Amino acid sequence: MKKTLASYRNLVIPGCFALAAVILPSIGIKIGIIDAYIAQVITLAGINAILAISVNIVCGITGQLSLGQAGFMAIGAYACIILTETAGIPLPISILLAGLVTSGAGFLIGFPTLKLTGDYLAIVTLGFGEIIRVFLVNLKSLTGGANGKRFTNSSAVFLSLNADIAYLVIIASLVLIIVFLQNFIRSTYGRAILAVREDEIAANSNGIGVFKYKMTGFVIASFVAGIGGALYAPFIGFIKPEMASFNRSIEYLIFVVLGGMGSITGSIIAAFVLTYLQEFLRFLRDYRLLIYPLILIFVMLFRPQGLLGMKELSFVKTWDNFRIFLKNPAKFKVIKDKFTSNKGEKDAK
Amino acid sequence: MESSSMIIQQVINGISLGSIYALIALGYTMVYGIVKLINFAHGDLLMVGAYAGYFVLRQFGASPLVFFLAILFAMLVCAVFAILIERFAYRPLRNAPRLNSLITAIAVSLILQNGARVIPFIGPNPRQYITLSTVMVDLGFVSISNIQLLVIILSAVLMILLTYIINFTKTGKALRAVSWDMKAASLMGIPVNKTIAFTFALGAVLAAVGGVLYATAYPQINPTMGTMPGLKAFVAAVLGGIGSIPGAMIGGYILGIAETMTKGFLSSQFADAISFGILIIILLVKPTGLMGKNMRVKV
Repeated sequence: MKKTLASYRNLVIPGCFALAAVILPSIGIKIGIIDAYIAQVITLAGINAILAISVNIVCGITGQLSLGQAGFMAIGAYACIILTETAGIPLPISILLAGLVTSGAGFLIGFPTLKLTGDYLAIVTLGFGEIIRVFLVNLKSLTGGANGKRFTNSSAVFLSLNADIAYLVIIASLVLIIVFLQNFIRSTYGRAILAVREDEIAANSNGIGVFKYKMTGFVIASFVAGIGGALYAPFIGFIKPEMASFNRSIEYLIFVVLGGMGSITGSIIAAFVLTYLQEFLRFLRDYRLLIYPLILIFVMLFRPQGLLGMKELSFVKTWDNFRIFLKNPAKFKVIKDKFTSNKGEKDAK
Repeated sequence: MESSSMIIQQVINGISLGSIYALIALGYTMVYGIVKLINFAHGDLLMVGAYAGYFVLRQFGASPLVFFLAILFAMLVCAVFAILIERFAYRPLRNAPRLNSLITAIAVSLILQNGARVIPFIGPNPRQYITLSTVMVDLGFVSISNIQLLVIILSAVLMILLTYIINFTKTGKALRAVSWDMKAASLMGIPVNKTIAFTFALGAVLAAVGGVLYATAYPQINPTMGTMPGLKAFVAAVLGGIGSIPGAMIGGYILGIAETMTKGFLSSQFADAISFGILIIILLVKPTGLMGKNMRVKV
């Protein structure tokens, strides 16, 4: 059988979109089409999206409510800054190491807490988030205390000064995380985790070790959160213990809830839209702080499953629909209905 | 004995702080017991109560009579707030998944905090609370301030009153029935909606008192002041076994004493970490809290 380009379409179409999403805006920033302010907002949205994915892995995919995810982000950020500044490890390696450190912390914290369920788990993760914050404030020699810590290392400062490189690095990491995650969810491990989410008792009686898979999901989520934090630190150049606060965790949870629990694309879209909205609504001054929760309540009342529910957006399917639409607009509706299944492809932005 | 009087002193401080936690924790535990919702907005009702009291105290000056008026006014305001919140935010979601009500509760909490921040006569800046003048009562080896005494006695009276309402009145019986089985209660002719609204109001009244007392003991108020005592009180409620009313009281006292002990003898910075640490240890040893009931999972 001859392998044509068409047989690679599941790889090629999303790949093209992903490359476009990573490279085009980066060039745009470099030559000045996109100004520095917007670049900053988009890149920050990318970090928020990484964190939203992390929360989504715990809440949407593993089905455990965590209210302390910002604590892991803070661990990642501090680990990155300490490894680069104090230990003198080059930035890319220290970002990866920070992810590993955070997943280690996730393992240690998950070990006692994941035996709890529901509201109790939520409150214990909240407690751990606060404990992390208290430790960051008080371990002054290592973390700089309540005043936070600043990057001085040249390779890190380079990232916060060059908007195009920062965008490239952060959005590329986001894309990589999405690719790995989408593949992970379809592996046997991923399917087992989904089974645990759907029904713990049924999964357990089918020979799936519930605790083991909850732990797998939790550790992966902490790894992603750690990477998010480790990217945040050099991008902003300055971190404070407030990163670990309860309000931060809630903010990321809001992205996930609005985008749809269990939908990776949904939480990414929500992260980008809401981060932008936050900047866009600046003219309302403090009143914009009221809009966020009001949106949240209305979504809960009228579309409780969030923007996308558990569905994913798919580039391949969008592309197909687009081509069918070009050929025969009248037929489009029928075929579109036939195609609305819930297995998605990856999405970059 | 220097150290033993120091310990007793800290215990008294702890009981005083713990009474406030217990008052707030009761609201959490009652609401959880009846609708299985962690009412994150409860801590912010404390803030509302503190501000309501503040305006009365500012208007009429700080005398004991005005102080009680302030508490009454704060109770009224908080009860109205709680009933409105229940009616418009929580009731439409009563049959929705638990997570949705939880997110709504968080949203309501954000609205109260940020709302207080944008309302011109409250504003984001912290304010000095107007309190009664402090008088120290010397009991020989320990001394106790009139404010601490007030906090301890008033909370104890309120808790006794609450126990009476829940155990010996018709409304209290209805409340217990609804928390036991909402559908069966409604079949028995108990007005479920009214009972739930009453529970929220009752919790809010206690939070209002807690708010005024907290602000009297730590005389500075701002729109986010409710978050930390709210979280601590929630920890107290979980510690005692959420849904259990005596549990919330005991949890409040334990947490208050543990916190002041940590502040007094170990390190004041780690007090918050200690209270959450206690919570985690208790939940690991006894996942339903000290006085919670075990729930069996049926397939």
